[in-house]
Amino acid sequence: MMTLEIKNGVFGYPNKSILTDINFELNTGEIVCVLGKNGAGKTTLFKSMLGVLKPLSGSVLLNGKVIEHWNRPQFARLVGYIPQARSLPFPFTVMDVVLFGRTAHMSAFGSPGKKDYIIAEECLDMLNITYLKNRTFTHLSGGEQQMVIVARALAQQPSFLIMDEPTSSLDFGNQIKIIRQVNALKNNSLGIIMATHSPDHAFMCDAKVAIVHEGRIWKAGHSNDIVSEEILKEIYGVEVKVRSLGNKPECNRLVCIPTV
Amino acid sequence: MSIRMNQNIRRTHSKETLILILLMLLLLIIALISCTIGRYQLSSGDILHFVFTGQAVDQNMSTLLLNIRFPRIFGAVLVGGALSISGAAYQGIFRNPMVSPDILGVSSGAGFGASLAITLSLSMVGVQIMAFTLGLLAVFLVLLVSRIIGKNRDKILMLVLSGMVTGAIFNALISLMKYVADTDSKLPDITFWLMGSLSGITMEEIEVVLPMVIIGIIPLLLLSWKLNVLSFGDEEAKTLGVNTRVLRLTIICCASLITASVVCVAGLIGWVGLIIPHFARFLVGPNHKFLLPCSFLSGSIFMLLVDGVARSATSLEIPLGILISLIGAPLFLVFLSKSTKKSW
Repeated sequence: MMTLEIKNGVFGYPNKSILTDINFELNTGEIVCVLGKNGAGKTTLFKSMLGVLKPLSGSVLLNGKVIEHWNRPQFARLVGYIPQARSLPFPFTVMDVVLFGRTAHMSAFGSPGKKDYIIAEECLDMLNITYLKNRTFTHLSGGEQQMVIVARALAQQPSFLIMDEPTSSLDFGNQIKIIRQVNALKNNSLGIIMATHSPDHAFMCDAKVAIVHEGRIWKAGHSNDIVSEEILKEIYGVEVKVRSLGNKPECNRLVCIPTV
Repeated sequence: MSIRMNQNIRRTHSKETLILILLMLLLLIIALISCTIGRYQLSSGDILHFVFTGQAVDQNMSTLLLNIRFPRIFGAVLVGGALSISGAAYQGIFRNPMVSPDILGVSSGAGFGASLAITLSLSMVGVQIMAFTLGLLAVFLVLLVSRIIGKNRDKILMLVLSGMVTGAIFNALISLMKYVADTDSKLPDITFWLMGSLSGITMEEIEVVLPMVIIGIIPLLLLSWKLNVLSFGDEEAKTLGVNTRVLRLTIICCASLITASVVCVAGLIGWVGLIIPHFARFLVGPNHKFLLPCSFLSGSIFMLLVDGVARSATSLEIPLGILISLIGAPLFLVFLSKSTKKSW
C-alpha cells in the first residue's frame, strides 16, 4: 500500500496563505471527496499535493519521501492529475493528447511506441470515447475534452489520481460514467482524491470526505458520518435534506435533496 | 486488437512521412534549378554531371559553381531552414503561434554586435563573431532578467516582457551606432547588414555555421515529444512528468544558437521564422516530431525561391530581407485566413 500524505501543511501564495494546518492522508484503494464552496482552496490543496505549488510550510510526502525529492517522471508515474481548466494553443488530435499521458513512462528523448498506442486506445475504449480518437482536441465540446483528459490520466497508469472537479461540464450520463470509473479504479486499488460540488458523488462512491472550509480541513471522515444537513447548510448556506433511499441493493445510499 | 492497432499507427503517420519525403525531393529539385539561375546560364544536366563526376564543361563553370552558386544555395537552405525550425521551437515553448525567433532579442543583440563591429572597423570575421556573441548574450540577459524579476510569476509572460525590454535597448544601441557611424563608409555597411543578405556568403562560412546549426537541431528533434506536452502549459506538463524548467532552458539555448549562427552570416532576415511554422503546421499538424523537420524543409524551399527572385528579377540585386518582408507579410495573411478555416 502506498500513501500520499500532508503534514502540517500551510499552502497558498507568498504573502497570502490560503490553507493552514492541513494534515491529511490518502491511501491506495480509497476515495476521498473534497467538498467546499467556490474559492475554498480545493485547487490550491491539489496543486500543493502535486508539487506545482510549493508549500509555505509543512510537507507533502509520497510513500514517506518529500515530493520535492521525487523527480518529475517518477512522481508522474505514481500520481496523475485531472485539472479543472485547460487551454491548448495548437490543434493536437485526441490520440496525441491521450498519448501525452504516457510521457512519464518514456525515456528522456522518447516518443510514443506501439505499447503506448495500445494503452491509449484501451483508455479511450474504457470511457467509450474511441470515436473521438482522430478528432482535433480543440474542436471538441468542454465535456468531450474533459473525457479525453480523464483518458489521458488513465493512460498515465498512476497509483494516485487527483481529480479537480472531473464531472464539471459533463452531461448527466458522462457524470455517472466518471463516477463508475472512479469506483472501478478504486477497486483496482488506486487512491483517488476528487473535488466535487455534488455531495451525492461522495455517497455514490461510498467515499471518505474532507471538507475544506475557512482555510482548513474542517471535517474529515466517512461520507455517511460527515455529510449531514447541518454541515451542508454551514458550508453552502442552503437548506438540504439528506435522506436514505431505502434498502434496495441498487440504490442503497444516502441522497441530498435541496429544498427549493 | 494489436494487429489492427499497428495498421492504425502506420496510417496516422504515413501522411506526415510522405509529406516530408516530398518536401525533400522538392528541395533537391528547386536547389538544382536555383543553380542554373543567374547571369551565367547553366543547364541542369551540366550541373548534375559536375556534381556526380566532378567534371565541369570549362574552368569558369567550376569556379562559378564552387565559389558562388553552391555557397549561395547552401546558404539559402541553411538560413531558411534554421530560422524556420527555431521559430517553430520558440512557438512551441511559448505556446503561442505569434512568436518569432527574435522574441528573446537574438536579432537585436546580433544587429548591435554587427553595427558595433562595423563602426570599430573590424574585419568581416570580426563582425560575424560580434554578431553571434551579442545575439546569444542578449538571450542570456533576457533569461537572467526574467529570473530575477519573475519570481513566482508567470514565467512565459516574464520572458516575453524581458525580451521586449532587452530588444528595445539593443535597438536603441543600434540607432546610436548608426548615428555615430561615418556616413560615407560605415553607415551604408550597417544598413546593408541589417537588411539581411546571402550575397557575400562563402563556403568557409557555411563550414563554420553548419555544425553549429546541427548541434542546435539535434536536441530539438530529440525533445520534440516533450515540446508537444508543454502545449498544455507548465503545470500540466509537470504533472505529466516533464521537467519544464530544464526543457525550456534547453530549447531556448538550442533555438537561440541556431538563430544566432545564421543571423551572423546572413544578417537580419525577418518573417521566415514566424510564417513558415504556420505553413508547416498546416501541412503536417502540430506534432513537433513532424513539425520541426517540416519547418526546416519548408523554410529552405521558401528561402531558395525568394533568393532566386532576389538574384534574377532585376539587374540590381534586391536585398533579401526587404523582399522577404514584401512577400512574407501578405503570404502570412493568406495562411491565417486559410488556417482559421481549416483548423484554428
